[in-house]
Amino acid sequence: MESHCLKRPTRRQFLSSVAFTVLAGSSGPVLARSISGSLPWEARSADPPVQVRPGGWLFFTPEEAETVEAIADRLVPADELSIGGKEAGCAVYIDRQLVGSFGTSSRLYTKGPFMPGLPTQGYQAPDTPAERYRTGLAAFNAWTRDNKGGRRFAELSPDDQDATLGDLEAGKITLSNDVDAKSFFNLVLSNVMEGFFADPIYGGNRDMASWKMLGFPGARYDYRDHVTKHNQPYPLPPVSIAGSMEWMSR
Amino acid sequence: MATILPRKDVVIIGLGWTGAILAHELTEERLEVVAIERGPWRDTATDFNIGYAQDELRYAIRRDLFLQPVVEAMTMRNNTSQTALPMRDYGSFLPGNGVGGAGVHWNGHTWRFWDSDFRIVDHLNERYGPGRGADLTLQNWGITAEEIEGSYDRFEYLAGISGKAGNLKGQIQEGGNPFEDPRSRDYPLPPMQMTYAPTLFAEVTKSIGLHPFPTPSANLSQSYINPLGIAMGQCTMCGFCERFGCANYSKSSAQTTVLPVLMKKRNFEVRTNSEVLHIDLDVSKTRARGVTYVNTSGEEFFQPADLVLLCAYGLHNVRLMMLSGIGPIYDPNTGEGTVGRNYCYQTNSSAQVFFDDKNFNPFIAAGALGQTVDDFNGDAFDHGPLDFVGGAGVNCIPTNGRPIQTRPTPPNTPRWGSAWKQATVQAYKATLGFSSQGSSYPARGNYLDLDPTYTDRFGRPLLRVTFDFPDNDIRMSAYVTSRMEDIAKAFGGRQYVMSPRKKGWDSVPYQSTHNTGGAIMGADPNTSAVNKYLQSWDVPNVFVVGASAFAHNAGKNPTGTVGALAFHTADAIRQQYLRNPGQPLVSV
Repeated sequence: MESHCLKRPTRRQFLSSVAFTVLAGSSGPVLARSISGSLPWEARSADPPVQVRPGGWLFFTPEEAETVEAIADRLVPADELSIGGKEAGCAVYIDRQLVGSFGTSSRLYTKGPFMPGLPTQGYQAPDTPAERYRTGLAAFNAWTRDNKGGRRFAELSPDDQDATLGDLEAGKITLSNDVDAKSFFNLVLSNVMEGFFADPIYGGNRDMASWKMLGFPGARYDYRDHVTKHNQPYPLPPVSIAGSMEWMSR
Repeated sequence: MATILPRKDVVIIGLGWTGAILAHELTEERLEVVAIERGPWRDTATDFNIGYAQDELRYAIRRDLFLQPVVEAMTMRNNTSQTALPMRDYGSFLPGNGVGGAGVHWNGHTWRFWDSDFRIVDHLNERYGPGRGADLTLQNWGITAEEIEGSYDRFEYLAGISGKAGNLKGQIQEGGNPFEDPRSRDYPLPPMQMTYAPTLFAEVTKSIGLHPFPTPSANLSQSYINPLGIAMGQCTMCGFCERFGCANYSKSSAQTTVLPVLMKKRNFEVRTNSEVLHIDLDVSKTRARGVTYVNTSGEEFFQPADLVLLCAYGLHNVRLMMLSGIGPIYDPNTGEGTVGRNYCYQTNSSAQVFFDDKNFNPFIAAGALGQTVDDFNGDAFDHGPLDFVGGAGVNCIPTNGRPIQTRPTPPNTPRWGSAWKQATVQAYKATLGFSSQGSSYPARGNYLDLDPTYTDRFGRPLLRVTFDFPDNDIRMSAYVTSRMEDIAKAFGGRQYVMSPRKKGWDSVPYQSTHNTGGAIMGADPNTSAVNKYLQSWDVPNVFVVGASAFAHNAGKNPTGTVGALAFHTADAIRQQYLRNPGQPLVSV
């Protein structure tokens, strides 16, 4: 091993030395290294995800959280097919994502100059998702206060909420601070759906509600005994990376 | 100042498929080989761990295993009248990162290109007379299918490909692809067991006179020990292939086919998390002295070497050539220059058939588990009366039922609310999709160069991609898509929906990580960057290996040809170059 090449710290060393926020793919600072003569497998060097626990908000203010939960509950309403987006934990999921690499755009190319682009060139604004939620939610609640008798979005009736979200989706609402209604709606919609359909370890999809609804078996990894059973329902319930409710002691 | 390191015989830039194959071959010659890899070390047990590999959010949405734009982005525009802007997030294509490269998270479709691809100009002239494809910049590759057959064979046996031969030494085989060129022997493994959707696709396409066959797959149908003695396991069809590393040693990659042997060799070393900044040339600009790279602490090193192998992703190969001053950069105004020329992509379209009474269990899947018809691919069909050249493979390869991304719904379904939910649940198991993977032929205005404005974290210019689908390819795709509509109708479902390819390449929605060209191979140094052995015409001790060498892209996934070219290059270096190092293998 050459002197300039430092050994990567193990996951455990990293855990003990750095205070970090638990998110998808929160991998440690990886250092250059030289490897020769053997496969460099190391015990305890894997990087498993860490279960999100509900309770408290890391990013949202209480009013923001209330709004996002109310939106999530209309995008994914409780009905005979599943629980609603709020109960499923979609807002908790988004809250945790917004304090991680997604919220801060830390993996993206964020160097200027920033110029308006063509649709084929994708998102070109400097604002991170965290900033877009902060300004977008403020502008959205300001709009409902101005147009819905001083009420916040969460205080509207479900029908009124649906109509308001429909107008937001269609860009019929003009929001303050140059917030683009359609693009804000699309951001929230895609994040709510991520939370609802992702593994429950990330805070949404409580009790694998969406997977049970679809019949998706989750993190199973061997379907060899069913592959030729064409057109026949798969018999087993879903499992999460964290396991299954049936495996837990009660 | 860069620290000068002890000399090596060979330095390899990038340790993915091609880097690993070449490192293995050249260490067999007892050469001292070092690979310099920008990303981290990756192995199955640690990084594609069975306990948490099946995580759609982490790997498919947040893309943990991919190149992150903060490390290297690219700019894009559709034509030279536009200003290129950075793809701030990758979307349309997703380059890999780390040991194993994009070969870690591919699906595993493993094709051979045809003689009518390698000799495309000659072939079209012979069959149709001169003038076909005149609006394109088609070029011969400088090789024939016969010449590279043995290299394809070696890659398929290294990787344990599952499939059914369609043409054994000129004899057409029932159940295989009747349009393929002769192969010397069958695939090492039989085809995978078919799931329901491809089984139905095979029945339906056969009933209308087409020739379905099992897609050649790097997801293993059986356990396998490859020629290096490395064992792999049978695919369990977990449905987490593309965008994921395989936790089960069932998808071929550098990790599962080469590294366990390569890493034990004392004359091989890999330096990870180390990014090559450029290849250093001597004053004559005709000889490479080695490479300069930077580690994670920002320290610079100069690694001297006699032979430099550029084995990064094709697009990165092209950029590193430009940053190093190897070869003249292509100019679309004059058509001159070789580096950046003939950038091509893939021209795809898709179809969905919605049923009421079927359950496809979409989560029982593998990346390359499916059926293909090649009746409309390449020049398998008569283009005489048609106004285009090229074609597409039509594939029914349902790769997954991962619900963040795979939730088909019929047109006009709301995107949220109770009606959305009902339609989503109804369609989840009862929808069959199939797609065309179309050829992408070169055009004068589609090219790669360096961006004048945007730079990477070291201040070097980003690669600029100028691309739109040529009119020829749009006409090709429209034709094949209407043939797909014939198939969609024949399924007899409740409803079908066609999604044709349109002009205006959009960098946002995912389409294909099959970026080809930019450092193309050929027989003429005025129109190609590398010769038929992938050796730089300009700097003969540099070889540039990868899909960057494709003179155009066929209607097929590139990895089989990339792997074959790696063996083809390895043979040329071992059998010819090392006898007379530093000299061109092809004289002009």
